[in-house]
Amino acid sequence: MSTVTLTKTPKHTLSVVVKHNLNTLSRIIGIFSAKGFELDSVTFASEAEPGMARMTITTRGDEKTVEQINKHLHNVVDVLKVINLTHKKCIERELAIVKVSTAKVGRPEIMLIAQAFKAKVIDITNDKLALEVTGNTDKVDAMIEVLRPYGIVAMSRTGSVALKREFQGAVNIN
Amino acid sequence: MKYQKSATTAKNLEHTTSLHPVKKVQTDTERCNGAEILIKTLADLDVDTIFGYPGGAVLPIYDTLFDNHDLKHVLIRHEQAGTHAADGYARATGKPGVVLVTSGPGGTNTVTGIATAMMDSIPLVVLTGQVPTSVIGNDAFQEADIVGITRPITKQNYLVRDVNNLESVLREAFHIATNGRPGPVLVDLPKDMLNTNGSYTGNEKVEIPSFKPTLHGHQPQIAKAAKMLSDAKKPLLYVGGGAISGKAWKEVTAFAERMNVPVTTTLMGLGAFPESKPQSLGMLGMHGTWYANMAMTECDVLIAIGARFDDRVTGRLDGFSQKSRKIHIDIDPSCIGKNVDVEVPIVGDVKHVIPAIDKLANPPEISEWWNTINTWKKEHPLVVPQDENKIYPQHMVKMISEITEGNAIVVTDVGQHQMWAAQHYKFNHPRSWISSGGLGTMGYGFPAAMGAAMACPDRDVFCITGDGGFQMSSYELATAVEYKIPVKIALMNNNCLGMVRQWQQLFYKNRTSYSVFGSNNPDFVKMAESYRAVGMRATTPAEMKKVLTEAMAIKDGPVLMDFRVVETENCYPMVPSGAALNEMVESDEEC
Repeated sequence: MSTVTLTKTPKHTLSVVVKHNLNTLSRIIGIFSAKGFELDSVTFASEAEPGMARMTITTRGDEKTVEQINKHLHNVVDVLKVINLTHKKCIERELAIVKVSTAKVGRPEIMLIAQAFKAKVIDITNDKLALEVTGNTDKVDAMIEVLRPYGIVAMSRTGSVALKREFQGAVNIN
Repeated sequence: MKYQKSATTAKNLEHTTSLHPVKKVQTDTERCNGAEILIKTLADLDVDTIFGYPGGAVLPIYDTLFDNHDLKHVLIRHEQAGTHAADGYARATGKPGVVLVTSGPGGTNTVTGIATAMMDSIPLVVLTGQVPTSVIGNDAFQEADIVGITRPITKQNYLVRDVNNLESVLREAFHIATNGRPGPVLVDLPKDMLNTNGSYTGNEKVEIPSFKPTLHGHQPQIAKAAKMLSDAKKPLLYVGGGAISGKAWKEVTAFAERMNVPVTTTLMGLGAFPESKPQSLGMLGMHGTWYANMAMTECDVLIAIGARFDDRVTGRLDGFSQKSRKIHIDIDPSCIGKNVDVEVPIVGDVKHVIPAIDKLANPPEISEWWNTINTWKKEHPLVVPQDENKIYPQHMVKMISEITEGNAIVVTDVGQHQMWAAQHYKFNHPRSWISSGGLGTMGYGFPAAMGAAMACPDRDVFCITGDGGFQMSSYELATAVEYKIPVKIALMNNNCLGMVRQWQQLFYKNRTSYSVFGSNNPDFVKMAESYRAVGMRATTPAEMKKVLTEAMAIKDGPVLMDFRVVETENCYPMVPSGAALNEMVESDEEC
C-alpha cells in the first residue's frame, strides 16, 4: 500500500462525458487550476459515441469540494454528463510501465515481484527490466512502492480509467 | 440536490472541431461569403447595434457593413471601451451586447471588458477577427490565441474553422450568452472564413443537448422554503443581480410586499426592489446601510435570491448571519454552498421559483421584528452632510437623485463615488443601476453609460464617475460627440483615488502612497471642450444645482460636469476588511 495515499485527503473518481475537442479539455483542466482544485490524474479519449470523449478524473478533497467540482464541470457547456464514481461500485484500471534497475539484486528477484503483481516483462537489457502492470490505482501504487528500493529508472502511468459497474447490488463480486 | 443534466444524446452539436456538422435545411440554403453570413445572422438575431473597431483581419466584415444601413455600427475609440459599451447596452436592455474587433491587440483589448461581464453575468457576444487558418500558430502579424486567452473569462468560446458552421456557431453563441446564468461568449473569425463562400440557411433552431439550465425549482424544497418563511420571526430577503438578469423584479416585489418582509439588495440587485417601499432596507455589505447589515446579522430566516454571498456582502464569514436558517435560490448550482452553507438550496430561475414559494407561504407574524428594524433605521440613517460653501459627495448624489426623481439610468466607475451613488440615489426601477460590481473595473462607467444611452434614447443617463476612473476612458468623449450620445457625466472630482486614499488613511496610517493626483489632474472642462462637448464646473451646491439644471436640457451630446467635492470625505458606513458585518464604523472618528 502506498504511504503517500494514506496521508492525503479522500480520493474521488469522476467520469465525465464531453464533446471531443481541445477547447473542452482545456476548459476542464482550467477549472482545476483556476479554482485551486487538486488533480491526481486525468484521461481523455474517444467515447463509444462518435464526436464524444470520456474523461476519467481523479481528484482529492472533502465532500463539499467535490460537490463544487461536480457543479463547475456541469457548468461547462460541452459537458454532457458527470458521474461521481466515488461511492459507486465501479470498474477501474490503470496501466503503468516501470523501468527498474537489476544492478543491485539481479533479474530473478525483480521478476518474482512482477509475477506477484501479474506484471509482464516487456523490455529487457543488461541492467534494467521494463514491467507492464495493469490494475486499480492501489495495486499499481503498491507495485511501484515495492520496486522503489531497487531503483526505478523511469516510469509512465496512464492514470485511472473507470466506469460504473452495471451490478450495484449488495453482493461483492470482487 | 439534483443538478445532473438530463440529456444523454449528442446529436447535431456544433463546434469548431466537431466531427459532425449540423444538418442544414437544404431547401433554403443560400451561398454567400462568411462576412455576409455573419451580418445576415446578426440581423436574424435581432441585433440592432454593434460596437466595433476595424482592423486587417475583419476588413471583409467592414466591407459588408459599408453597404448595410440596417445594422448600426458605433465606432468606439478603444476596444476595451467598446466591450464596456456593449455591456452597458446589455444591462440597460437585457439584450446581448455585441462587439466587433480585429485580431491580436483588438482581441486582447476586450479582455477586461469580457472579464467584467463574466463576473456580473452579463450577456455579451464578442466577435474577434483572427489571422487566416493557414497561418494560425505561426506568430503571424496581429495573431493572438484569443480563444485560449479568454477561456477562463467566457461562458463559452469558439474558433470557426469551417465557414459552413459559422451561422450555427453564431446562433449557439447568442443562445448560450442569454440563457441560464447569462455571460459573455466569444467567436473568433479567421479572415479566410470571412472571405470564403459558405451556406446560410436561416434555420433558427438551436439544439444543445449538453446545455439545459434548470428553470423550475425542486418542489419539495420550495415547500420547505415556504414553510420556513411562514414560521419565521425575523425573516430577510437578500436580493441580488439574478433578480434583474432573470427579469424577476415584479415577482420579487409582489412577493416581498405580500409577505411584508424586509428586503435588502446587493450592489448588483439595486433597482430589483423599489427603495421607496417601506420594506426596503437599501443595500447591504461593506458600504451598506447600518440597518441592512444588522438585519442580516440578526435575522432567523434568510432567503437569498439570485445572489452569491460575495465577500463584500458577507464580511468575515464566521461572523456572517450566524443565527439564520438559509434558503438560496440560484440558477447556477455552483453558486450555492460556495461561500456559505445553506439549509435549503433551490436551483432554478428566480422568475419561476419566487411565485412558487409565494403560492405556498403565508405572511409571517413579525411586528416585533419590524419595530426593531424601524428603530435601527431611525437611530442609524444614512447621513448626507450639507454645507452651502462646499459640495459634499453625498449631497451631489442626492441632488442628482432629486433632479431626476429617481428615474435616470445611473452608471458608475469604481470607488468612493460608486458606493455613494449606490447609497444615496433612490433606485425605483430595474436596469437603472449599471456598475462593475464583481470585477470592479475602473474606466467602465463612461463607455457603459454610452451603451445604455444608445439603448434607451428616451431616458436620462448619468455617468457618476471619479477623476481616476474617468481618465481611464475619457477618450470616448470623441465617440459620444460623434454619435450625439447625451450622457451626463457627473465627475466627482476629489483630485485623488478616493477609495485607495480612504483605505490608506484607515489601515495604513494615512500613508497616501501614489493615490493623490492633486494639481496634476487635467482641466476637465477644457478637456470636454477640446472634444467639442459641453464642459461645466461647480464648487458650491448653488452652482451645482445650476449646472445640473443646464445639463438636463442638453439632449444632443455629452456634457461633462466637473464637481469639485470635499476632497477628504470618506465613505461610511464601512465594514473594515476582515471584520464581521455588524462591526461597522460610521465616521472617521470611530476609526
